[in-house]
Amino acid sequence: MRTPLRPLARILLARQMGENPDRIERDNLAARNEALREKTQGRAAARLGLMAVAFGCAYLTIGLRMGHLAASVPVEPVASAPGAEIVAQRADIVDRNGRILATNMTTSALYAHPRDMVDPKGTARKLAAIFPELDAAALERHFADGRKFIWVRKVLSPEQMQKVHEIGDPGLLFGPREMRLYPNGTLAAHVLGGYSFGAEGVHSAEVIGTAGIEKALDSRLRDPAQAGTPLALSLDLSVQATVEEVLAGGISVMNARGGTAILMDVRTGELVALASAPTFDPNDRPVPPTAKDAEPSDSPLFNRAVQGVYELGSTFKIFAAAQAIELGLVTPDTMVDANAPMKWGKYKIKEFENHNYGPLLSVRDVIEKSSNVGTAHIALMIGGLRQQAFLKSMGFFDPLPVELVEAPGARPLIPKRWPDIVTITASYGHGLSASPLHLATAYAAIANGGIYLKPTLLKQSGPASGPRVISEATAAEARAMLRSVVTDGTASLGEVKGYEVAGKTGTADKPKRTGGYYKDKVINTFASMFPASDPRYVLIVTLDEPVDTSGSRPRRTAGWTAVPVAAEMIRRVAPLLGLRPAVEAPAGLALTAASVN
Amino acid sequence: MRPVLYVLSFLALIALGSWAYRENYATQAALKEVRVLQGTIADLREALSVQRAEWAYLNRPDRLRDLVALNFDALRLLPMEPWQFGSPGQVAYPVPELPAIAPPDGAGDLENVQSTSATDEGL
Repeated sequence: MRTPLRPLARILLARQMGENPDRIERDNLAARNEALREKTQGRAAARLGLMAVAFGCAYLTIGLRMGHLAASVPVEPVASAPGAEIVAQRADIVDRNGRILATNMTTSALYAHPRDMVDPKGTARKLAAIFPELDAAALERHFADGRKFIWVRKVLSPEQMQKVHEIGDPGLLFGPREMRLYPNGTLAAHVLGGYSFGAEGVHSAEVIGTAGIEKALDSRLRDPAQAGTPLALSLDLSVQATVEEVLAGGISVMNARGGTAILMDVRTGELVALASAPTFDPNDRPVPPTAKDAEPSDSPLFNRAVQGVYELGSTFKIFAAAQAIELGLVTPDTMVDANAPMKWGKYKIKEFENHNYGPLLSVRDVIEKSSNVGTAHIALMIGGLRQQAFLKSMGFFDPLPVELVEAPGARPLIPKRWPDIVTITASYGHGLSASPLHLATAYAAIANGGIYLKPTLLKQSGPASGPRVISEATAAEARAMLRSVVTDGTASLGEVKGYEVAGKTGTADKPKRTGGYYKDKVINTFASMFPASDPRYVLIVTLDEPVDTSGSRPRRTAGWTAVPVAAEMIRRVAPLLGLRPAVEAPAGLALTAASVN
Repeated sequence: MRPVLYVLSFLALIALGSWAYRENYATQAALKEVRVLQGTIADLREALSVQRAEWAYLNRPDRLRDLVALNFDALRLLPMEPWQFGSPGQVAYPVPELPAIAPPDGAGDLENVQSTSATDEGL
């Protein structure tokens, strides 16, 4: 109820007393203001309190939620999970057409808790009966020596798993496992390499690559973000299978210890096939040789195409000729000194079987007849420094950047000093060693018109680019010379109708480990490209210690061993690559009588 | 007026509460179903990868080569050879459909005549 500011009773009383009635009004006004002030203050305090409580609640909620998130085990959001995409922990490997080369399979591992076993002795015996490689006595000992946990087998087949179930011992337990499967067996074994288990737990185990591309690109294959996209290689499954088949056949016909074949696309640097024999099954990778005096190339694990660092012999002659043409020192028709034997200081340079193709030979004939002396003279014209620089630009001084874990270790063997005698021997492929893949890469540069491309095992989307090492005109001259080697020279067995094979043979004596060379052990190489008029592919075939015994005496030159194998390979593989044989000029058109009846 | 508002808001509260209750259980049921479906999808994917591996295994080149050798009598398959490439010129053009023979004057009766005679025979 509102109190009046000037209550009449008090005013009258004050007037009677002779006081100023305005004082009463002032007092009342002050009292009213005081009450109003108190009321406002109280309301403000209540509002502030409410705000404080609200903020307190908000902070408490956020704090509790943060604490909960920090302390609880993370779970995937179920409602919006695209998580079902990821099933495999390691990406598949496929060929260039998407056919599977390596994939994953779920299987189980077998482990035991010996303390939970009902009948350790009987279980050990039954397990040994299921898995022949297990030793019953050793297993029994392990079950009895008080340990709590023991791995029995890393992977099981479903049948084996069923048999273990049938033992029915509660101490035998299974853990899920993902294993790597190479469905094509030995196919492209040296490229794929192999796998093994890394860190192992009961619930899962790491699958890691142990060799080849599986190890070189391990982090890509294990990347969860890319687990759904298979790794596409440049290999073509059918071409690779054919190359391996022909190579294996060639090795057995030529009585060789081993061999390798490389098929490379000269426009992209893609390796369409890469085979090395003898081979192995990556599903059951053999153990590497551990004996000290073991020759690494005796093991099937040895990748001759990449790790086999050989003196590649006369296949190098074309580099000397191409460089001399590039430098303008010679043309294919220039006559050079080829008078054998050639004396250089205390060394004597001879021809194959002590021939003498001299006294003068055109550069084309030097390549065609594979004259060491002629090449030596060409190399001396070029000079050691320029020769080194050229071979370096062709990649012969460095390991190749191909996607195999073995590649960086396969360093070419280069002489430390480069006197004239090295210039001479290097010109015909002796005194320095490189892998067949180095040779393929260098020949691809000649085949594609002078561009050096890095070899790759990954599928490329289009033509690659690289540094130019020789001019297009020089490359064309070199190809013409290589073509004449097949039409008129040492590789006459390499002719494949319709595919204009061009190439160069190389027969190199095998070096002894103790120094010097074997008399009757050779490494034969045929480096070829086809079709010569517009090369698409380079094929290198190398055979280790081949002998052709079809004649009256054993023949060990590449022309008799590696060349026919390569020719058969081209004949089989070119149609698979979609290469149409070039139409040969018809011998003569004639009408043939035919009857329609 | 005010009591009506109170009653209405109370009813709305009850309605919203029961809606939230039902939604909660519906969500949980949906999540459970999603979990089951994802399990099924994972199983199916695994089965698919096994099938793919098996397909690759059954189509491995050395097995196909052996099968070809085994069934040579029936199939007579040989490796592809360069001469097997054809040229487009070897493919015969499809024989153009002959245009309907335009009946010369009066010739259209021929068919009628024939069909009439056929009907006659039937009769």
